[in-house]
Amino acid sequence: MNKSLPKWVDLGLIPFFTLLLAFAVSGLVVMSIGQNPIEVVKVMLQGAFNPFGIGHTLYFTTNFIFTGLAVAVAFHARLFNIGGEGQAGVAGVGVAVVMLAFDWPHWTIALLAGTLAAMAFGAAWAAIPAYLQAKRGSHIVITTIMFNLIATALIGYLLVGPMQAEGSLPESPSFPPGAALPSMYEILGWFGIPFDKFAPANISFFMALIAAVFVWVLIWKSRLGYEMRAFGHSERAAVYAGISPLKITMVAMLLSGALSGMMAINTVQGEAERLVLGAVEGAGFIGIAVALMGRSHPVGVVLAAFLFGILTQGGAELQFTLGIPAQMITVIQALIIMFTGSLENMVRIPLEKLFLNTGKRGAAS
Amino acid sequence: MSSVTKNAGRLDAVAPAIELIGISKAFGPVQANKNISMTVAKGAIHGIVGENGAGKSTLMSILYGFYKADAGAVKINGVPTQINDSHDAIAAGIGMVHQHFMLVDNFTVLENVILGAEEGATLGPSLRKARKELKRLADEYELDVDPDALIDDISVGFQQRVEILKALYRQAEILILDEPTGVLTPDEADHLFRILRNLKEQGKTIVIITHKLREIMDVTDSVSVMRRGEMTKTIATATTSPEDLAEAMVGRRVLLEVNKVPAQVGETVMEVRDLSVTDIHKVKRLKGVSFELKRGEILGIAGVAGNGQSELLEVIAGIGPATSGEVLMHGEAIDVSAKANAQLRRHRGISHVPEDRHQRGLVMPFMTWENTTFGYHNEPEYCGKYGLANQRFMVEDARGKMERFDIRPPNPQLVASSFSGGNQQKIVLAREIERNPDVLLIGQPTRGVDIGAIEFIHQQIVNLRDAGKAILLVSVELDEIQALSDRILVMFDGVIQGERMPEDTNEGELGLLMAGVDPETGK
Amino acid sequence: MMDFLSNDLLQLMDSGVRFATPLLLACLAGLYSERAGIFDIGLEGKMLVAAFAAGAFSAFAGMSVADGGWNMGGAAVWVGLGAAIVASTIMAMIHAFASITLRGNQLISGVAINFFAAGITVLIGQYWFKMGGQTPQLREGQRFDPITLPFAKSVQDVPVIGPIYHDLISGHNIIVYLGFVIVALTWLVLYRTRFGLRMRAVGENPGAVDTAGISVVKLRYSALIVTGILCGLAGAYLSLGTAAAGFGKDMTAGRGFIALAALIFAKWKPIPAMWATLLFGLLEAVGNKYQKVDLGFMVLPGQFMQALPYILTVVILAGFVGKAIPPKAGGEPYVKER
Repeated sequence: MNKSLPKWVDLGLIPFFTLLLAFAVSGLVVMSIGQNPIEVVKVMLQGAFNPFGIGHTLYFTTNFIFTGLAVAVAFHARLFNIGGEGQAGVAGVGVAVVMLAFDWPHWTIALLAGTLAAMAFGAAWAAIPAYLQAKRGSHIVITTIMFNLIATALIGYLLVGPMQAEGSLPESPSFPPGAALPSMYEILGWFGIPFDKFAPANISFFMALIAAVFVWVLIWKSRLGYEMRAFGHSERAAVYAGISPLKITMVAMLLSGALSGMMAINTVQGEAERLVLGAVEGAGFIGIAVALMGRSHPVGVVLAAFLFGILTQGGAELQFTLGIPAQMITVIQALIIMFTGSLENMVRIPLEKLFLNTGKRGAAS
Repeated sequence: MSSVTKNAGRLDAVAPAIELIGISKAFGPVQANKNISMTVAKGAIHGIVGENGAGKSTLMSILYGFYKADAGAVKINGVPTQINDSHDAIAAGIGMVHQHFMLVDNFTVLENVILGAEEGATLGPSLRKARKELKRLADEYELDVDPDALIDDISVGFQQRVEILKALYRQAEILILDEPTGVLTPDEADHLFRILRNLKEQGKTIVIITHKLREIMDVTDSVSVMRRGEMTKTIATATTSPEDLAEAMVGRRVLLEVNKVPAQVGETVMEVRDLSVTDIHKVKRLKGVSFELKRGEILGIAGVAGNGQSELLEVIAGIGPATSGEVLMHGEAIDVSAKANAQLRRHRGISHVPEDRHQRGLVMPFMTWENTTFGYHNEPEYCGKYGLANQRFMVEDARGKMERFDIRPPNPQLVASSFSGGNQQKIVLAREIERNPDVLLIGQPTRGVDIGAIEFIHQQIVNLRDAGKAILLVSVELDEIQALSDRILVMFDGVIQGERMPEDTNEGELGLLMAGVDPETGK
Repeated sequence: MMDFLSNDLLQLMDSGVRFATPLLLACLAGLYSERAGIFDIGLEGKMLVAAFAAGAFSAFAGMSVADGGWNMGGAAVWVGLGAAIVASTIMAMIHAFASITLRGNQLISGVAINFFAAGITVLIGQYWFKMGGQTPQLREGQRFDPITLPFAKSVQDVPVIGPIYHDLISGHNIIVYLGFVIVALTWLVLYRTRFGLRMRAVGENPGAVDTAGISVVKLRYSALIVTGILCGLAGAYLSLGTAAAGFGKDMTAGRGFIALAALIFAKWKPIPAMWATLLFGLLEAVGNKYQKVDLGFMVLPGQFMQALPYILTVVILAGFVGKAIPPKAGGEPYVKER
């Protein structure tokens, strides 16, 4: 009675082929701008993994783990949270407000406060779209996109107004020194491991990994995760079991917003140590690609985030070494989203024909 | 095999309007139509009866080009005709009035009629022509509808007329109606039959798919009976009777023997008072149903699907709200409003094996141990610390259930979709029965279940009753109801048509009640 | 006060019309696809590739052969327009293939197209022109020129009507006027033609269309072709019809989403879409001219005006200003019922 593909095909072959297609088309794009795909790959990998670059790769990976987990968590409840950009941005505001409010004595306390602020503000920005979807049927995709755009305007206003530092730049004052988070260089230094002193990667990388574990525990080991998954698979069954659609929608989106918000710890508190415009830089959208590629599973998300981290840092190297604009990476990311997301059936349908038909022939009827 | 039908005494030299020869159609493992042959004379009103799942809609969908038959041929007016899609069907003069109307709700009647049959690229001429034609059809067949009304704003009866008008506008000579009176009031149904008779007088051929015997007797010239994908009987209506048809519809099957000691019925556990449900389309699904359920008895609700049984179960189980009426457990009222929650029902001691295990009872992608706790996942024994689930216990619990209920393969890690129908149902049953409820609601316990599991499931239900529990059993399988119930209620059209003790009645009588016919008066 | 009314208000409305044009065209583009039942959040991406194609090809067409161009003089701008339409329609067809034929997730497809457009435009722009993603500054013959309507000069001094005719109505380029013409055309097509009837039907109840013997697939593809063409016009306007005079990185700046907001605000109808986009255009003009808006008791920052279209959309979706009910079958791939 098995009507679904074997797990290794679903989680292994399909992503493999969709990635292959995405990379193949990317290769064509590379050639169309007069570059050699092999050369491009070499430069990208070098840029991502050399002692200078690896720090940046991990920094970007951290962002994408958070935004990817955010989208993944909402996906499990069948909710499409495109609002990661806005939620992370507003979380940055929260972090800045809290960091600038006190003279923090030690980074551990500052980190705790910052994390709570980031999560709270991120969740709050997801709350209204969530409520409107659950209670009034307003399509969450459109409302979250709108909230992204509102967030940009809001942050723009704050950074040339109430939260602006002295001077003319649209940014907040710098955070007190006590709020500074240990960088990867410092952390690895505790263990005697050498690292690039100026790499932006910091302690939030490990927090991202912890968040991935937390998400895993939440989704598959907790009662709430059980209810979310049941609701995501079948709303009718969930109602039968007494699971409240309103509760699940709200909780899933609040968690999702909080996870997106965590990104601000990496960028705003960890690296910039102040709030600037465009702190999110599309990481919210990449989170969607990461969740899709990683099939909404924390392990997949971490791996996919790492891939996109490599792409992002590799892209910077491409720009530096070969003069290829960073937009090359945007194109590759877009192709990955396309092939793993909307064009997935190009791979899935032939594979289903192959595997499910073979099974039928084998079994007795 | 088919029998040639005569039309009111006239020997037909005219070719039959419809000839189906050896039609077969399977959907995966399900054989919906098995080698069906049927002839309908021109100008006849022909009925097709059968229970749900008999294959009637599939057959007509093939005729209308919605599905392609796996085997067989179709002849229209004696001419072999290939019907590959709706376009071909329309060209062959076939029009269909679907059970679920194919109308655009925010269009006017006129716009719906011309959709697909427009003349030219601009609408003006088409609308004018259609308006004239609709007037003519209205005058000729009593098919009055306001051409400028929005579908959203008109009643279901009028919406159906629009469906008929669509077909007639396209010059249909053959009209197929699929369960036409399911959504109509008795008055609207009578008007529909008048329209059909008018159409027949103009030489149109009509096929009605229905499970309502009264309609067959009232309006058809000939009738075919379908059962489990096969055509069992085709006969002139004048030569048959509702009892005849009921028996052919429901079938002569060996009554399944169930080991049953007489019931030891105790006090009333649950009381349903004047329960009514109106759905979102403003159709009354349940109309003032009242009954009592007692300890130690199996109360069977018989009836063809769609007559309110599902709504009844849903209200009691906490899935849907009641529009009015009460439900009492041990004398205390249960909240049956829209705020109700199924978990609260479980706390009151009501367990529920739903009719649809695929969409309600199980989460198909979940593993067995996740399904055996579904609905009870917040109960103390399944809880771990800090909001975690006690997974180890859940798996062990599932293992035990699988053993006690002989669920194979006994692997708690297998996902629900990989089990056979019978084993899936046993998972649901194990879950609900082992909660030791005071009341167990069961819908279609053996639908899609193989013979071996049926026996087991029936025995479990009887055991539960012998343990002093109260069971409300809903089933479309009449012999299941007869074998298991201590008391039988028959539902038709949202009301209880009759109450019988199984030893005092038979298939024929129950079949009549299920079809809305009073066995005493024959109406 | 009179001064404001005569000079500033007119000027604002004039700017408003010009800001509204790309929004209007994109909004109408979205109307066709959404009415046919396909969610399209990729308007932004289509406009962007169109703007790039217009800027690039108009530049090539207008450049002298010595510089590597085709030296087509005044025809250059039309080459640019054509290129824009082709580019946008190709993107629309990719979306159609993913959504209709492959029955994929329409929202992901839209997001991917936006992303892809943002990247590919700069990438190719840099490769062709080496100007950091920009296209060369467009000159005479490569852009759309303002058109002075008949008698504009002569009636200029007539009180009230004169300035309105001369400043507000006359003096726009052809795409602006085309936009309003297309509003009327769309209304006609939607409500007075066979195609429009069928298209509206397929977005509400594809089953009704299928059982009437019409191809749901063909209808939806046709609608998306129109979407592609209109987004092409919108994008071409941005680079060929504004002061930008060429393509710049990310020049659509979220207009595709504002157009979507306007579409919902307009409840998917063409004439309200015109008013909605004019309103949003006016808001943009006000936001540009005045950094802040002094309401007396409170000062609204410029960013508030910027965010107003989005806030309005959320309010609409929440059902506070009447119900905004999208086409019933929107976003759902059509599969024959079993």
